[in-house]
Amino acid sequence: MKTKAFFSVIVLIAVAVCPGFLPAYAQEMKLSDFSFASESAWLGVVSLIVAVLFVVAMLLRKKVAELRKSYQKQKEKDDGGRLKEHVTRLNSNQIEKLLQYKKAKRTGTFFLVVSLLSACMPFSANRVWAQAAATDESSLLGEGGIVITLVLVLIPILAGFILLMIKIGNAINQQKNKIRLEEASKLAGYLKDLPEEEIDAILKKRKKALDYTLTNHELSGTEPAEDSKGLLSITREPGLPIVSVKKKALPRPHIDPALAKLVLGYLVCATCWLLFGTTVGQYVGIKFIAPDADHVSWLSFGRLRPVHTNAVFWGWASLAMIGLGFYIVPRVSNVRLYSLRMGWYALYLINASVLIGTICLMAGINNGGGEYREYTWPVMLLFGLGLALTLVNFFQTIARRATKEIYISNWYMVAAIIFTIVISLAAYIPYWQNGLGETIIQGYYMHQGVGMWFMLFTLGIVYYFLPQQLNKPIYSYSLGILAFWTQILFYTLIGTHHFVFSAIPWWLQTVAIVGSAGMAIPVIAGTTNFLMTFKGAWYKVRNSYTLPFFLVGTIFYFTGSMQGTAEAFRFTNLLWHFTDFTVAHSHLTMYGIICFFLWAAIYTVLPRLTGKEAPQITMGAHFWLALIGLMFYTIPLMYGGTLKGLLWMEGKPFMEGVTLMAPYWLWRAIGGSLMWLSHLFFAYNIYKMIVRSNKVDIREVAIQKLQHEIKEAPQPVD
Amino acid sequence: MELFDDHKKLFATATLLFAGLTWMVAISPAIQNQQNNKPLPGWEEPGKDAVKGKALFVANGCVACHTQQVRNVEMDKVWGSRPGIAADYAGMSRTDFWRNTATLMGTERTGPDLTDIGNRQPSKDWNLVHLYNPRIVVKESVMPAYPWLFTVKKEPAASDVVVNVPAAYLKGKEGKVVATPDALYLVAYLQSLQQVKLPDGKPAPGFLYPQVKKSVQGSNETQGNLPEGKALYAANCQSCHQANGEGLAGAFPPLKGSSVVEGDNLELYVDIIMNGYDARQEYGVMPPVGTNMNFTENEVAAIINYERSSWGSDAKNVTPEEIKKVMDVLQQKIDAK
Repeated sequence: MKTKAFFSVIVLIAVAVCPGFLPAYAQEMKLSDFSFASESAWLGVVSLIVAVLFVVAMLLRKKVAELRKSYQKQKEKDDGGRLKEHVTRLNSNQIEKLLQYKKAKRTGTFFLVVSLLSACMPFSANRVWAQAAATDESSLLGEGGIVITLVLVLIPILAGFILLMIKIGNAINQQKNKIRLEEASKLAGYLKDLPEEEIDAILKKRKKALDYTLTNHELSGTEPAEDSKGLLSITREPGLPIVSVKKKALPRPHIDPALAKLVLGYLVCATCWLLFGTTVGQYVGIKFIAPDADHVSWLSFGRLRPVHTNAVFWGWASLAMIGLGFYIVPRVSNVRLYSLRMGWYALYLINASVLIGTICLMAGINNGGGEYREYTWPVMLLFGLGLALTLVNFFQTIARRATKEIYISNWYMVAAIIFTIVISLAAYIPYWQNGLGETIIQGYYMHQGVGMWFMLFTLGIVYYFLPQQLNKPIYSYSLGILAFWTQILFYTLIGTHHFVFSAIPWWLQTVAIVGSAGMAIPVIAGTTNFLMTFKGAWYKVRNSYTLPFFLVGTIFYFTGSMQGTAEAFRFTNLLWHFTDFTVAHSHLTMYGIICFFLWAAIYTVLPRLTGKEAPQITMGAHFWLALIGLMFYTIPLMYGGTLKGLLWMEGKPFMEGVTLMAPYWLWRAIGGSLMWLSHLFFAYNIYKMIVRSNKVDIREVAIQKLQHEIKEAPQPVD
Repeated sequence: MELFDDHKKLFATATLLFAGLTWMVAISPAIQNQQNNKPLPGWEEPGKDAVKGKALFVANGCVACHTQQVRNVEMDKVWGSRPGIAADYAGMSRTDFWRNTATLMGTERTGPDLTDIGNRQPSKDWNLVHLYNPRIVVKESVMPAYPWLFTVKKEPAASDVVVNVPAAYLKGKEGKVVATPDALYLVAYLQSLQQVKLPDGKPAPGFLYPQVKKSVQGSNETQGNLPEGKALYAANCQSCHQANGEGLAGAFPPLKGSSVVEGDNLELYVDIIMNGYDARQEYGVMPPVGTNMNFTENEVAAIINYERSSWGSDAKNVTPEEIKKVMDVLQQKIDAK
């Protein structure tokens, strides 16, 4: 009876939905000037839906018939065996309750039945299904263009269809539950009548089996473990960990202490410049919201801005990169470094360059206002000499290598140094710098500076440290080579995209835009290479404090670089150029890519050099503050920059753009503060990794005492 | 591969490729550009003061926020009458032995473009007050103040250029603010920044991406399709006469309650907007804003109507047709001279 009614409702719904097409179809017919093609496609869609609905209805009919048949069959079947089976499938809790029931049987309570029944009862009857069809029809009467009509027609039909399926599912479930309920009451009756001995024999044994648990030393035994190969390192630190505990760095034997000292020298200087440069940057950011913070000429915005950019470029990132290079180049060449002394000289020269350059800029002595070219030539010459020394040092080390091939890291790093020397020469030789020549060179210089120096060198660092931290080879050496050559080919072309729509030749602007699009090749190749190296070792990210830095760097490598490509197109240039969007982009790349990769590499290499690790909690604080800070910094600037660009395009007064940016500049200052705070943690971590801790190491001191005793003891005379 | 295993060949190849591309996209176009472009006939060598001012502009990193390029896109139309061309920069060469050429085209526009600032804001008084502290004249400005280009004197000499700074910005110092030579050089440089007119008959390159003008309907019955007066006022008048129309005592006259604004002499009113004004000793010279910005009768009418309906004034509105007539009369007078 019930199933019959149910089936008829399904048919009703199907019939009710189908006429829903008719008004839409009729409406479409009126628009007789439509082409045949669109009309037939339109008809096709409708007839397809009708056909699908029909097939579904037929399938449902068949299913319901089957359901009915099996129900009949079950009824007829002898159910003694199945009830017995239920007994063996009771869980421990149910058995416990059954036993209690049996004990209390004399009082004549019916716990079990009640509890079993109540477990099956949450399905209340639900008979509102006929409504679904009615609502469909009315929404189809909307008017509008052909697309809107089509969407309007399809949305309610699909919604109605989904609703229909849910209702049908509910109905079937209800039907099944009815059968289950009947069986449950039978089972209750059966359990009630079970003889006492069967309870002992079956139920108690079953309960014991269900309650069985392992003792946890079946395999290991209770003897303490013997670690004859020194594989186990169990830390027994008391107390609850505040942050999840990550793997410790592996001690790396045999690193020339003199080389270690050189690398440390670079990294410590780099950290100092990071602190200085970002403190200045933070102050400059605050000046956007408090322009009258000071009235000292040496601290005015226009002078401090290049101090910030140059200090973090040539001081922090460059020194950190070269320092890491001094570790990588000899290691992958499998020889000693060519000359430690040259390494130190390069460090002095670069530090001198940044220090003198900073003082000059604050005093108002600069080269003429080209971005990142603010140092005058004598100052930049010091940096260039440092680079030249480093180049000779690296090149001679590679020339003496013990391996046949030159590992890809060395390609990137040495090429980066050569290119940067070329770039600096092109930028500082005066013969092609008159009039617009200066601007063409400026576009070239400022972009090659970031792409060929920082990006290329950092990629070299990642090609060494990422596979090493994942303990597996790089996914594809060939992709690395492809990225190397395409980076040179395309990146060199893109400089002038900073001067799109300016007076420089139109063809040069177009070349720059095409080159920017071409950058997709090296970027995708590089990203794929890094991510595929991660593949199969993702679980290591969780246990490592360096890999999250690598991962974030990789993600920004892709998003930041592709954003650069998008920004180069003519329309986006129209919208974003000259706004704060550019500032956000440069931080997303210089900070998100370069800094994160550098931090990853520094956290990897320092414990190997000094044998000491920073507290994991401060490393975590560094990571999260830097990442969250960067997001707070860049997203408001991108959003505000877009709004400002739109405002300019609408020809609104300029000052409206300034007042519009005020809240976004505030957010930038907040994000910047978080980033700056993270650098304090970073500096602290560097300190902890270098300076000997004053905590007494009990075991170490005990051994030292014994050694001391041996020395003190009178030597046996032969 | 042999190339990849031989460090000399590998790095030589990469260097050659890079250097070749560098030649192609940077050095060669730069050389061609400086050889093929000469300054426009109307261009004049900047004066001594302006050259010194430019050095100060460079030293203080003004280029961090101010561009000097009018791009060939519609949105840049407010910064100059035509897009910049290579010849505009052709007169610039190396500053000195230590310093490179400074075209100062810039890459950020946190502040306004300065290509044509000498035409747009030629007022020395305004520039000096603005340099002392930009927020005296532009409340929302985030530009740094440059008080170190000024001194405070109790009794300034007759030759001193006194700047009219409101007491609130003096921070308790007593006396008059006097511009140092540096401040005057810097202003001289700003005043020298003027777009050079193309020689007669030379077509100026056009602006790309023109904006489709949306017609405003029913916002104001009398104004019809006039542009928005408030925005025009903000962009062209407000930095001197201020948003409240009260001007700045001793520097820029108030428009609130002004007899020109509320009176009947429409010819004088339009003449001032189009051709500037210098009739009163106690105030600075007003530049020919309308002529500089190529105002049409629609824009002039919108500004007049905005000024006549703000700050408590309810003088009668004007129509573009009336203004057109007045502008024609004025033009005839100029032509007669």
